[in-house]
Amino acid sequence: MSDDILFDLRGISKKFVKGNDTITVFENLDMSIARGDFLAIMGPSGSGKTTLLNMLGGVDQPTSGEVVFDGKRVDTLSENQLAAWRANNVGFIFQFYNLMPMLNAERNVELPLLLTRLGRGQRKKNVAAALELVSLSDRAKHMPKELSGGQQQRVAIARALVSDPKLLLCDEPTGDLDRQTADEILEMLTLLNRDYGKTIIMVTHDPEAAKYAKRTVHLDKGEFVAKELAA
Amino acid sequence: MRGFFSQIWTVVVMNVLSLPRRLWMSLAAIFAVSVVVAVLLAFLAMAKGFEQTLAGTGTDRIAIITRTGSQSELNSSMSRDTVNLVATAPGIARDAGGDPVYSAELYVIVDGIKRSNQLKANIPMRGISPRGFGLREQLEIVEGRQFEPGRNEIVVGEGVLRQFEGFELGREIRFGKTNWEVVGVFSTGGSAFESELWADAPTVQSQFQRGSSFQTVRLRLETPGDVQPILEFVENDPQLILDVETEADFFANQGRALTGIAIFGWILSVVMGLGALAGALNTMYTSVAARAREIATLRAIGFSNISAFMGTLAESLLLSVLGGLAGAIAAWLFFDGFSASTLGASFTQVVFTFELTPELFRDGIVLAVAIGLIGGLFPAWRAARVPVVTAFQGGE
Ligand SMILES: Nc1ncnc2c1ncn2[C@@H]1O[C@H](COP(=O)(O)OP(=O)(O)OP(=O)(O)O)[C@@H](O)[C@H]1O
Ligand SMILES: [Mg+2]
Repeated sequence: MSDDILFDLRGISKKFVKGNDTITVFENLDMSIARGDFLAIMGPSGSGKTTLLNMLGGVDQPTSGEVVFDGKRVDTLSENQLAAWRANNVGFIFQFYNLMPMLNAERNVELPLLLTRLGRGQRKKNVAAALELVSLSDRAKHMPKELSGGQQQRVAIARALVSDPKLLLCDEPTGDLDRQTADEILEMLTLLNRDYGKTIIMVTHDPEAAKYAKRTVHLDKGEFVAKELAA
Repeated sequence: MRGFFSQIWTVVVMNVLSLPRRLWMSLAAIFAVSVVVAVLLAFLAMAKGFEQTLAGTGTDRIAIITRTGSQSELNSSMSRDTVNLVATAPGIARDAGGDPVYSAELYVIVDGIKRSNQLKANIPMRGISPRGFGLREQLEIVEGRQFEPGRNEIVVGEGVLRQFEGFELGREIRFGKTNWEVVGVFSTGGSAFESELWADAPTVQSQFQRGSSFQTVRLRLETPGDVQPILEFVENDPQLILDVETEADFFANQGRALTGIAIFGWILSVVMGLGALAGALNTMYTSVAARAREIATLRAIGFSNISAFMGTLAESLLLSVLGGLAGAIAAWLFFDGFSASTLGASFTQVVFTFELTPELFRDGIVLAVAIGLIGGLFPAWRAARVPVVTAFQGGE
């Protein structure tokens, strides 16, 4: 296995059982993601984009197959081991930001650091640096409801990267934002990928957003299709 | 392991900070618990006060003779001949002149108007011999004087004066067809006698058509606590069908019937507690549903499901303990030191004071904590099971 492979999915199947029906989302899917990649996943609604992202992020597990991250299997971890693994390796960016409405921006950003051994002083420094990176230092004390959608998403990005994970997973990070704000967010992700070496996997419906990525894959009915060739 | 506690603490703080979003529901849950605790404490305070009043009433220097099987003074009855006979028994203290120290007494029920609600209530009126004054511990005439034998005069207990209208010194009161004058007020230091009216026994017998019958004999024992000589005397005479008890035992037995108040209070509060529990469960399930996306987001970030569990449990406990405190404070404000009267085993008014002791407070808080724990447990379990993928679903 090559050293610059971060993620390796081998023979992944994913089925949902609902009563008598079984929905098969993936059947024997293989996929590799290189360290430092910025990958956009596109595809029609219901094609399995979120399901794939959830399995990569360790919040959902494949029915069969192996998920190998950094040379180690993560699909076999227990729920609490997975939580610890996520805390160390993954930053999530959600379509609807998912900030805690009762905490101000800097408290929101601090959350992942509460799972580390860092002391209060160090946490404060890291939070300030993360907010600086998303150009929101002046909004540290603001509550989420006092921030615009784009600002909230920037707080969410700061939260995702404050504990310095290798991997950022984004599900429609700009789905709720206007074009200009979306471009700001996407430029920020590009910067994190290029200058900070973060591996980014982004699910999106938006071809404009996908242009920021280094590479785009298209999912359809649980399979990758070569869009470029078909077109 | 520091992360373990800091994540639990963070989730607890976030839960508490999110309470204003569920303000009314949370207040309703607090209120339900506070009502339950207030009711429990009211009953326990009542029972406690009763117990202390009766406990303060008895001494073992005095004995009380009633007819066998009568259980209370009211149901007892004995003739003058019986009284004269039993008065010759050994074991009864004698005065300087060699006469036995006893008071044959009878007991009638009259009506008074309560100050608190302007309703009629029973008051025991006791016909006693002048010697009877000396047979009560801590007796003190605080105003006026004793009644004079043969006259329609009464002395009233301080408890009666507090609770009923029209018993002030010098007032005339009509019971049935006769008028009585209040000539004195007595205190017995808070014991049950203070809820009584006292008058001359022969006068009560004639005005209430009791002939020559009495209900009880109260006497001073030669040796405190030793009723044995009198008991033997009674047993050896087939004509005497009487019980002999020290006063302390007599009132303790009366009080026992009233421990039922505390038991009833517990039963009522537990039943009401089940209602509050249902409210707490509902509130907490709603809370978990409302916070599902936040819980899932924290789990995605790496927070453990234990923190989601503990946060929910802590919220439930906080609400119920707040309710418990509010209920305890309300009970304390309304009931502590509140003077009340109730029907004793003898179906007469015993005036007593609600006593809210620290132990009762603790009982109330324990009940609140129990409601909070049980009401929080199942919702907390659900919080711990919120699927992490919830974080990726739905809009605002
Ligand atoms: N928890 C679940 N239970 C049952 N079926 C599910 C569950 N989650 C996803 N599915 C099904 O799996 C399929 C893929 O869903 P997924 O959410 O991954 O699609 P998506 O590509 O993200 O779509 P969208 O663009 O609308 O977000 C769908 O058919 C969906 O109904
Ligand atoms: Mg999706």
